[in-house]
Amino acid sequence: MQDFNYHAPASVADAAKLLAAHEDAKLLAGGMTLLPTLKQRLAAPSDLIDLSSVPNIKGICREGDEIVIGAMTPHADVAESALVRETIPGLAMLAGQIGDPAVRHRGTIGGSIANADPAADYPAGVLGHGATIVTNTRKIAADDFFLGLFETALEPGEIILGVRFPIPVWSHYQKLRHPASGYAVVGVLVAQTAGGVRVAVTGAGPNAFRASAMEEALTADFSAKSLDGLTIDAETLNNDMHASAAYRAHVVTVLAKRAVAAR
Amino acid sequence: MGQFGIGQPVRRKEDVRLLTGKGLYTDDVNFDGQVFGVFVRSPQAHANILSIDIEAALAAQGVVAVYTGADLVADGVGTLITDVEMEDLSGKKMFRTKRTFLATDRVRFVGEPLAIVLAETLGQAREAAELVMVDYEGLPAVGSTAFAASPDSPPIWEEHGSNVGVHWENRPVAEIDAHMAKAKTRVTVDIVNNRLVPNPMEPRCAVAKFDEESGVLTIYAPTQGGRRIQGGLAKTVLNLPPNKVRVISPDTGGGFGIRGKLYPELGVISWAARKSGRPVKWRGDRSETFVSDYHGRDQINHAEMGLDENGRVVALKVHTILNCGAYMAENGPRLPVSGGGRIIPGVYDIVNFYFSVKPVFSNTVPTDTYRGAGRPEANFLMERLMDAAAEATGLARDEVRRRNVIRPDQMPYRTQMGLLIDSGDFDGNMKMAMEGADWENFPKRRAQSEKNGKLRGIGIGNFVEAAGGRPTEEMRIRIAADGKATVFAGTHSHGQGHETVWAQLLNEFLGIPFDDVSLVQGDTATAPKNSAGTFGSRSSWMGGVGLQRSAKRIVEKGTKIAANLMQTEPEGVSFAGGVFTAGTSSVTLVEVAKAAHEPKNLPEGMEAGLDESYFLERDPEEFNFPNGCHVCEVEIDADLGHVQIVNYVAVDDCGFVLNPVIVHGQVYGGVAQGIGQALTENTVYDEDAQLVTGSFMDYGMPRAQHFSMIEALFNQVLCKTNDLGVKGAGEAGACGAPSAFVSSVMDALKPYGITHIDMPLTPDRVWRAIAEAKAATAA
Repeated sequence: MQDFNYHAPASVADAAKLLAAHEDAKLLAGGMTLLPTLKQRLAAPSDLIDLSSVPNIKGICREGDEIVIGAMTPHADVAESALVRETIPGLAMLAGQIGDPAVRHRGTIGGSIANADPAADYPAGVLGHGATIVTNTRKIAADDFFLGLFETALEPGEIILGVRFPIPVWSHYQKLRHPASGYAVVGVLVAQTAGGVRVAVTGAGPNAFRASAMEEALTADFSAKSLDGLTIDAETLNNDMHASAAYRAHVVTVLAKRAVAAR
Repeated sequence: MGQFGIGQPVRRKEDVRLLTGKGLYTDDVNFDGQVFGVFVRSPQAHANILSIDIEAALAAQGVVAVYTGADLVADGVGTLITDVEMEDLSGKKMFRTKRTFLATDRVRFVGEPLAIVLAETLGQAREAAELVMVDYEGLPAVGSTAFAASPDSPPIWEEHGSNVGVHWENRPVAEIDAHMAKAKTRVTVDIVNNRLVPNPMEPRCAVAKFDEESGVLTIYAPTQGGRRIQGGLAKTVLNLPPNKVRVISPDTGGGFGIRGKLYPELGVISWAARKSGRPVKWRGDRSETFVSDYHGRDQINHAEMGLDENGRVVALKVHTILNCGAYMAENGPRLPVSGGGRIIPGVYDIVNFYFSVKPVFSNTVPTDTYRGAGRPEANFLMERLMDAAAEATGLARDEVRRRNVIRPDQMPYRTQMGLLIDSGDFDGNMKMAMEGADWENFPKRRAQSEKNGKLRGIGIGNFVEAAGGRPTEEMRIRIAADGKATVFAGTHSHGQGHETVWAQLLNEFLGIPFDDVSLVQGDTATAPKNSAGTFGSRSSWMGGVGLQRSAKRIVEKGTKIAANLMQTEPEGVSFAGGVFTAGTSSVTLVEVAKAAHEPKNLPEGMEAGLDESYFLERDPEEFNFPNGCHVCEVEIDADLGHVQIVNYVAVDDCGFVLNPVIVHGQVYGGVAQGIGQALTENTVYDEDAQLVTGSFMDYGMPRAQHFSMIEALFNQVLCKTNDLGVKGAGEAGACGAPSAFVSSVMDALKPYGITHIDMPLTPDRVWRAIAEAKAATAA
């Protein structure tokens, strides 16, 4: 780890100021990706701005028909929240499958989606529920948020404050764990929402995406059988030593069917 | 015997200390004035070193010194040791690689160290290490075992002209071909035995200082016994007499065979401490574990076996390629031959055996001993052959094994490779394991799984290994005036629980209370002169029997002192349960110990004290033969290719069990590592010989979720070649698990006609095999 300046701002405004003032500054949320990266000297930010002292960006509450989760809320809190379990059990289920207990108690929802690891679980949860990402400058629809490999719609200086999840009619998450890392080789979230059926896939491609053909099929007939023969084009998927693209394409369909069958 | 005697399930006395953070590990040791050393490692798999520019690093803040391979060579530091000799049938000797402690003119694998930077802080040393500028001239690299063995691969040792170090054979192949021709049924198997990164919990670490006044170099490092490392450091690196080098291994977080070696880093840290005049500490991290700890396994096997009309094996031919890595490590090339090859016919009575081994070079980390060291590979191969034989003959998998196992009435049994197996009940192991796993009712369980949409399989794996390692060991017992005992062990516990077991032995043989025995180990200054260490499942035999005989000497001397105290003749004195008795009078060992320290109480001419040691030496060709049978049952989610173990029974014959709790732990750990190899672990180099699986993000260690409960049973047959009747236990699990597991998966996949998938059986591989089988059927 190389030397850096450490800041613990007491407000979002102060954090934003610090971020603007230092060109090579990085926000520190749970640090589950950033800290190992620093330790391996793969990143060397001049300044680390720790968000853990910033008030009002941690915690879970209901506002109307939405569940609002603060950016600094650890995965374990979401997994164990009675409110989330009651209103969006699929999201609680997803959060409870991230990493291991240590990661779930340190890692945060804001950190996870800002990092946009292609194999992270939360992007499927955010995209699959049609959530809205709230930052210090604007609101971003999940559909517009994940742009590519570790790439999001966030502008420089933008800080995620929280995520607003519309309460779905029903949702379910299915995941094939990576045997080494525990990340999703493939993760599929299927949700029935006020706006229709949503199928979000993580782990399979460079970033989380929606499986529109599956959504259409399920809109017409919400049954596992309606997904027969529907596969994602393997050409667009990740291919690595742990899982071939063809395998991932196959697993997306299997997990989507299993999610639907859980209804 | 009593509650704390041998054979009792005594709880490990070291656990409270270790589990409450009170252990002392190498990284806990610091010397005044120490600097930190960081190695500069090659990012290239194969390259000439054109130049190394250390100017910028030397000028960096806090830097004390930068040394390169040239500095070591100039100082007369030699090359690493390869303790192996092999030759082909014509007498042509194995090509021997030479490895300097830091690479000088060429690097041959990613991670090979070529310089060290010393600085006041670890951070400064790391910063400066990045400033060492190396000009490389890249060379074609060899990343895979199969490529290394092919004549098309560029030789990474040009002076040898080939990547094959030697072609060793046990006999002319024509001899066996004649037998093979007579077989009614012939089966072949082709296996890639995957390369593993052993990954002890504690990464390597070292801290060394040189004392000008005494001329003694002291180094702390996790090892499996410092004596061997002491010799190499003294002779090859420091040019000092061995008694001027002190190696201390405090608590050590796992050994598994790979911690017992003189690694280049240990040499460089020691040398740098003397050269710089400052104590030097190196704290290896997990990334360095992956690229610098010796790796394990990595073989390609091709084998053919012939059977007669009764399902008896009439001929066996095995061709093995071992990937040695870029350099031959201490034992590396010997593993297939003296580790595994000698027991390849396994538990089976196979007379006509041909065996060929080619150690090959590649641009990868050297391979060496890892839990089982050749024996897991050999047993796996043999058991895959037996499954293939069952398939080809139509006999059940247990039946074809039963027809071929060595029977108790054949013991002692001389194997074709010359070893004498003293004892074992191989058929009984199978019976016990199959009963324990309720093999008989498996079809019912399979039917139930099928109802739930899952495939189910059951598998069996026999194994035998030759244990004992080096043929000498020395153990010492010192009893103080208060009757408390200290064991000075030549062995070294780094997870095996010797603090507990050695205390049990003293409790058993001397009646000393369990809590009154302490263990001193891991320091060459206090270890017995002929200390060897702990590896090759040897401690129960070499250490245990050594201790038992030391105890006998304590009793002999104690008897004379007791006789003197009781004013009688030694011949009339007996000893039991810590008490010397003669007629109606008696004295305790505590009283004798007290007297032993007061010369006035001693018989004429007797030396004061109660301090005895025993140097145990056995025939180097004599081993003990731990053996067993494991049965594994799995369920497979065919849509995902995901395999889940649902039941596991391990039957082990490790002779007399000194402590069942500890041996169970050994079995669980060994099974976990065996299943790790078979299910999750794989070391992948790409075509450019870059290590792709260099962290726990990509290298799959086995986790609790991968297992079911493991039932560990014993089928104890006392070993006839040592006084305690013990056989090794540490490596057994890793020998039995891969074959039982793979057998169970193939059983589940039998409906698809799949007979083999190379380890690890990851979901991707299992699914692909099923998909290909389905496609083949459809076509």
